[in-house]
Amino acid sequence: MPERYIYLDHNATTPLHPEVKKALLEMMDNYGNPSSLHQMGRLAHHKIEEARATIARFIGAEPDEIIFMGSGSEANNSVLNSLACSSQVCRMERKLRDAIITTTIEHPCIIESSKCLHERGTKVHYLRVDETGKVDLNHLKELLNPNVALVSVMYANNEIGTLQDIKTISTMVHAAGAFFHTDAVQAVGKIPINVKELDIDFMTLSAHKIYGPKGIGALYVKRGTPFCPMIRGGHQERGRRAGTENTLGIVGFGKAVEMRAIEMEAEYQRLLHFKNILKTGIAQQIPDVKFNGHPTDALPGTLNVSFAGAEGESILLYLDLEGIGVSTGSACASGSLDPSHVLLATGLGAELAHGSIRISMGRENTLEDIEYTIAALERVIKKIRKMSTVYKG
Amino acid sequence: MVTQFEWLYSEIVKDHFMNPRNVLQEDEKFEADGEGLTGNIKCGDEMLFLIKVDKEKNIISDCRWKTYGCASAIASTSALSEMVIGMSLDDAYRISPRDVEKRLGSLPEHKIHCSVLGDKALRAAIDDYYRKNGMTNKITKKEAHIICECMNVTDQEIENAVLEGARSYYELQEMTKLGTVCGKCKEKATELLKKYIDEHFGGDIKIITNLPEN
Repeated sequence: MPERYIYLDHNATTPLHPEVKKALLEMMDNYGNPSSLHQMGRLAHHKIEEARATIARFIGAEPDEIIFMGSGSEANNSVLNSLACSSQVCRMERKLRDAIITTTIEHPCIIESSKCLHERGTKVHYLRVDETGKVDLNHLKELLNPNVALVSVMYANNEIGTLQDIKTISTMVHAAGAFFHTDAVQAVGKIPINVKELDIDFMTLSAHKIYGPKGIGALYVKRGTPFCPMIRGGHQERGRRAGTENTLGIVGFGKAVEMRAIEMEAEYQRLLHFKNILKTGIAQQIPDVKFNGHPTDALPGTLNVSFAGAEGESILLYLDLEGIGVSTGSACASGSLDPSHVLLATGLGAELAHGSIRISMGRENTLEDIEYTIAALERVIKKIRKMSTVYKG
Repeated sequence: MVTQFEWLYSEIVKDHFMNPRNVLQEDEKFEADGEGLTGNIKCGDEMLFLIKVDKEKNIISDCRWKTYGCASAIASTSALSEMVIGMSLDDAYRISPRDVEKRLGSLPEHKIHCSVLGDKALRAAIDDYYRKNGMTNKITKKEAHIICECMNVTDQEIENAVLEGARSYYELQEMTKLGTVCGKCKEKATELLKKYIDEHFGGDIKIITNLPEN
């Protein structure tokens, strides 16, 4: 057993960065309402604007293009609902376009929102992906037409880590006169992103995937882009997201991004190195494995792998008992009977999808963690395969 | 040392999961008198159950199993394997997922699907034994049809539930766990419920498909 729990589920969420924790503790006694005109209010307001400027700078945006929201899911819901709003004003703003395009590998908050919009009359198209999880650009070309209001393509996939060619996609989308949104929750703070260079209209961000607090996300909305608020009320966030600001969350988010600016580059190299060791180790020690996702164009710390003849929830729970935390694409972990929609979309068969685990590394992981994990995986897979009806090793 | 937070399932489940009993070993020569295989890899689980029968006493003298399945499937089949050794074929045939669940100290609702595999495979193994030993009259004659795909519940089990007292859709759900995942089978199950109540108890009983107002 290792001395401490080896957490390898950073795509689910991350521990707080020590600097974030410090900033949160300092902010904790500042209870002022940022809308108040007195000193307490002004201080809170100032702290929020500082964080907004930090985040904007980090992605190459202007501060007034950042809207703080309750989560990445809220930001994604807001964009889709905004571009499918049936009010006459909103429809005119998007030139009466009433269709959206998204992909088959999005996060559930995009998929479920899309389904709901479809029920309400919006035409929704789903882009195919290839076996590495890359969007089929020919399919996008086929689907783009003058009725498309929005194309939403996630930047980095949470399950397999595959990165999309965002610049190519946004160029195609804009040529067709539609707006472009990317859910970049898994990408921001892990790879360099500049919204102006990539020509993005909407981008979703979240704090808790990059060592910030939970319950705070943000939406980048390019100046001059139509946006219809989902939560109405006060004038907070320039009237685009009502509700008294989550000052603690925002300050923590700002600090997390500030730290990413300092640590991201070195961490990228370190995690990529770990991933290579992990991949090589697994491939050498364990027969009949399949790595999922794009081999190179992917997040540095994410490795998705399937083990023939071994069921994912069992792998996850045996690893948990060995002191290692990962996640799985198996149905058994989700409460439904279907395995990961992302893996199925890449054409992976049901057995390998049920037998997949996702290892997502982060800043506190060490080389020892990785070596221990390879050894533990070897033990666990051997044990499971011994009782497997399916594995014929 | 790692601080262990309360495990996902009960301690008994954990124990069976970590040290599954009666798993068929790789090089083991286990001459089975009956073999049963159930499940579907597409749904993420498959189960093989092997039994040895003491033909004089008509009891299961030993058993082995293998599975492609999750923690619940492993733990519940391990527990089941301990329960059936020394049990008469008739009693073993009647073991329900709930008996296994009781022994394990409860499983989360959405995991019960996984725990029904073991007893299904066991029944298949007993049927196999009957077939091989010219006791086909002991096999439940009617071909069973799966009504609830999520929980693998057949029309025969619905009939059994009715015989055991199910009179409403909700009682049927309680007893068989049918319709507790996707709910697609509700209409078909309600029809069968009515049919079996008609068949066995006459047609005067009203089928309750909605919960009472209060």
